[in-house]
Amino acid sequence: MEGLQQFAQQVVSGTAIGCVYALVALGFVLIYKATEVVNFAQGELMMIGAFLAYTLIVIFGFNFWIGAAIAIVFTALFGAGVERVVMRPMVGQPVFAIIMVTIGLGFLARSIVSMIPGWGVDTYSIETPFYGKVVEVGGLVLSQDHMAVIVLTMALVAVLYLFFRYTRLGVAMQATSQNQLAAYYMGIPVKTVFSMIWGISAGVAAFAGLLLAPIAFVHVNMGFLGIRAFPAAVLGGFGSIPGAIVGGLIIGIVEALAGFYLPEGFKDVAPYVILLIVLIVKPEGLFGTTTRKKV
Amino acid sequence: MADALLEVRNIETHYGIITAIRGVSLDVREGSIVTVLGANGAGKTTVLKTICGVMDPEKGTVKFEGQEIQKQTPDKIVHMGIAHVPEGREVFPYLTVKENLEMGAYTRRDRDGVARDLERAYGYFPVLKERRDQEAAQLSGGEQQMLAISRALMARPKLLLLDEPSLGLSPLLVNEIFTIIKRVNDEEGTTILLVEQNANMALKTGDYGYVLEAGRIVMEDSCQRLREKDDIKEFYLGVRDTGVRGERRWKRKKLWR
Repeated sequence: MEGLQQFAQQVVSGTAIGCVYALVALGFVLIYKATEVVNFAQGELMMIGAFLAYTLIVIFGFNFWIGAAIAIVFTALFGAGVERVVMRPMVGQPVFAIIMVTIGLGFLARSIVSMIPGWGVDTYSIETPFYGKVVEVGGLVLSQDHMAVIVLTMALVAVLYLFFRYTRLGVAMQATSQNQLAAYYMGIPVKTVFSMIWGISAGVAAFAGLLLAPIAFVHVNMGFLGIRAFPAAVLGGFGSIPGAIVGGLIIGIVEALAGFYLPEGFKDVAPYVILLIVLIVKPEGLFGTTTRKKV
Repeated sequence: MADALLEVRNIETHYGIITAIRGVSLDVREGSIVTVLGANGAGKTTVLKTICGVMDPEKGTVKFEGQEIQKQTPDKIVHMGIAHVPEGREVFPYLTVKENLEMGAYTRRDRDGVARDLERAYGYFPVLKERRDQEAAQLSGGEQQMLAISRALMARPKLLLLDEPSLGLSPLLVNEIFTIIKRVNDEEGTTILLVEQNANMALKTGDYGYVLEAGRIVMEDSCQRLREKDDIKEFYLGVRDTGVRGERRWKRKKLWR
């Protein structure tokens, strides 16, 4: 019985961290599907969002929710700005060059953040309204932080789904990612759409950073989490949104279980082992198809 | 022609260092169907792409309702009233038929008008109504062409650019599509610029025609007179000219070369 409880508890905390992976992976996929660029600075966008939230909530003493909302909006604007200023002039350049630019952006973001007084290379935490509280469900002791992460992620995913499925702008974004030329012919402002998609991705990343803050900490290198979210996106079939979410959850749960049951060190390797197995069995990823391209 | 809806003057457009069209001028009068004939690679598609703003001309001007539009972005041009049915249909494969049509009306803000035009599109092509909730990728080639035309009409354009609507369709479908094109022109008064390889259909449907070869306009006249010209008959309509001795004269050259 105790073994089962421990297992369940690991699954829940793995799901919580998996949600964060899923959101960062979602950011990769959104940008990739629309613009065919892999944004390796996705983790850094998350870090910037978390630092903004830290500044507003801890330093300036904003209410948690208001500070969080402002941080998300500003990170989204920042993401859209990066697209406009850095990525748009790169259109037409080789993909390799564009990807190198995103990696460079990541480095740049890390160095700048580490130089800003008050941010630097220290570790911070943001106190959430759920901090330290627990809920008991049938003998399971679950931290409210973890539950909040899971619930908020589900809510965000639902909002994004409804947006892409039912709003004019959302459908236009799908259309742009399916056939860019035809989108031009329809009078959809494709370049603006790209900026908005970068904005959404950055906002989602900031959201992920806020969710991560109570579980882990706010730190200049927290963006390296993107390196775990990347296999999550690949696992799900790069270019599939449900795939990114399922991939993130799988990686989170596998990591948690491996960390608990297997010897030291396996935690970091396990996600890649799973990734390798999936790619051998189903090279296009869990939800990917070779011909389909769908938001 | 002073009252032309669209006036193209001496446009020259390049793909990198390759010049696709040079010095092309044409006029499209309001309410007419103008057709541009030409073989593969003559530059027909480039002419349309230059008009709708996807490509910018190196030289020359494109005037629509008296305004120069050659430097405008495609979304502005759609908003002004030019809609484009691209070659090869280019539907949004994983949107439903209905969503595809709604994207055609992206630049419009009048919901009621869009709803009415949706019904009008279903009226022209009832098969689209049957399939409105299917993904466009599941439609046949002919149905996709119908969707592409209806999608462009959803913008309520003053000028409709049609790029090879007959491409890859059976003769029966080609007939149906051209009947609708004629109907749109008659009933709505929509001006149409039609680019075609199927010269027979194009000359039957159109009022005025231009012949494009290797990036230049080599001939222009009313479609009726073009149909009578020997060069057009031989090179575009495939009517063989038998000489006095009952043989084909192989050495005949096009007038304009």
